[in-house]
Amino acid sequence: MKKRSPAPAAGLRTPSWVGWLFVAPALAVYAVFVLRPIVLTFQYSLYRWDGIGPSTWAGLDNYVKVFTDPDLFDSILNAVKLIVFFSAIPVLLGLAIASTIRRIATSRLALVARTVLFLPQVIPLVAAGIAWSWLLSSNGLVNQVFSHLGLGGVTRAWLGDFSTALPAVGVIGAWVLLGLCTILLLAGLSKIDPAVYEAARMDGAGPLREFFSITVPSLRQEIGVCVTVTVIAALASFDIVFIATQGGPGNSTMVPGLEIYYLAFSERQVGMASALAVVLMVLVLACALPVQWLTKDRSS
Amino acid sequence: MIVGRREAWTGRLLLVLLMAITVMPFVSLFVTALHPSGSYPPGLEWPRDPHWGNFAEAFRAAHMGELLKSSTLIVLGVVPVSLLLGTLAGFAIGHLRMAGRNLAFLTFVLGLTLPFEGIITPLYYQVRDMGLLNTRWAIILPLIGLFMPFAVFWMRAHFVNMPEELSESARIDGANVWQLFWRVHVPLAMPALSSLGILLFLWTWNQFLLAIVLVDDPMKRTMSGALGAFQGQWGTDIPLLSAGSLLILAPTLVIFMIFQRRFVTALLQGSLKG
Repeated sequence: MKKRSPAPAAGLRTPSWVGWLFVAPALAVYAVFVLRPIVLTFQYSLYRWDGIGPSTWAGLDNYVKVFTDPDLFDSILNAVKLIVFFSAIPVLLGLAIASTIRRIATSRLALVARTVLFLPQVIPLVAAGIAWSWLLSSNGLVNQVFSHLGLGGVTRAWLGDFSTALPAVGVIGAWVLLGLCTILLLAGLSKIDPAVYEAARMDGAGPLREFFSITVPSLRQEIGVCVTVTVIAALASFDIVFIATQGGPGNSTMVPGLEIYYLAFSERQVGMASALAVVLMVLVLACALPVQWLTKDRSS
Repeated sequence: MIVGRREAWTGRLLLVLLMAITVMPFVSLFVTALHPSGSYPPGLEWPRDPHWGNFAEAFRAAHMGELLKSSTLIVLGVVPVSLLLGTLAGFAIGHLRMAGRNLAFLTFVLGLTLPFEGIITPLYYQVRDMGLLNTRWAIILPLIGLFMPFAVFWMRAHFVNMPEELSESARIDGANVWQLFWRVHVPLAMPALSSLGILLFLWTWNQFLLAIVLVDDPMKRTMSGALGAFQGQWGTDIPLLSAGSLLILAPTLVIFMIFQRRFVTALLQGSLKG
């Protein structure tokens, strides 16, 4: 942490109201287009409303429904299951990959890789969804590979099968996020003094020991960032699911974001959509805050 | 060292494999796009007679020219204003440090993790009541608001580290706050500003939810939103859909290639700070 310079002499200090004048425009658009809608979401969630006619007071009925209606609650469960693919796989695999390629992190190949692995972050998620829908279709490359490996028995329309649709959506998310995690973690690794590794090696530590005693603890902050970003991406997923499965088959890949969209704009259940939206916002905060707190770098 | 060399080779192999997996969907799209329109080609197979014309046809079918214009207009509406407002607020909170700055900062940070789906319903009715539904303003104005938490957060992080002496000497020379901001601090903030600009450009260009909810006409949407409509319309014609998808993601790819280094740094810093 850099040392902050002391406050300037009283005569030179800008009066507070000037500061607030600088903040005012940003605060105004933020209040109108974010804060007000947040408050309204809470308000809507307490009413029964079809979006056109008069609304009637519903109290907490909508919330009760979110947690008892199997269709609604399943959407939340699906989002939680997606965390395995969007978050656990990219972070763990990213850690393994980053520590394997640590030694060649400055080579030309690694520099090229840095660019290539970022591609999924740059393209619209919609395009990723379309490309993967095709790869995972019954005629797609994934099945082609399985057939070549003599596993023709497992081939199927991965996104259209009740038992594989959700994991298949998860694979798309993992593809989008793996590169980002790997590169973030690699950047963190490059900050560790190589002497620490050499000392460990002198003491006879194997690669596994090295990984758990040096790599993981030093990367605490980066791991925290990866987990936060990917967990939010899983819970708030919309684009990929919308394009790849639209929540189907049946309800097997329905996620809260998509359910909110359907409830509010197709089924005209604005109150219910808002209750689910509140639950989603709270869920995201409840996951993001502890991770931030746990991985915060307290030494600085 | 033998161990070291073997490790380096495993590393290289792993990297190449990872890159192959990353690029595979693009390759598949490309190869598929060359098959005869309306056919249902198997996975990855180079066509006997590549139909390069599919790209031209998709360009027409997707009205790419109009789409590019629409997305550009939206980006021009969102990014400069967001940069300006975010910088003004970040400067006040990080550098002027007025009383109550922590409250202001906390209010913005509150919105950092907000999923857009959380507020999309009231946003729809609000935009409708403003009479902006189905115009590009329906995407531009809410996006500026939604970008404020990150923009303010980012610019504050920059201004907090600027030495106070800088401002003091300018003030002694008789500069008022406005001049201090524009003549001293904005020029120094250019690296932070350009990274932020890149991120905001990307997030605007790829914005999907706001586009499909608030604007019915695909021609007034972002690229991403239009691609959604294109899929609905041409979803059964796989080669044409693939060609269209490639065309629609081409602009971001081109810009990414040009500003490669800046992009990667911006994204890295962006996720670290966020």
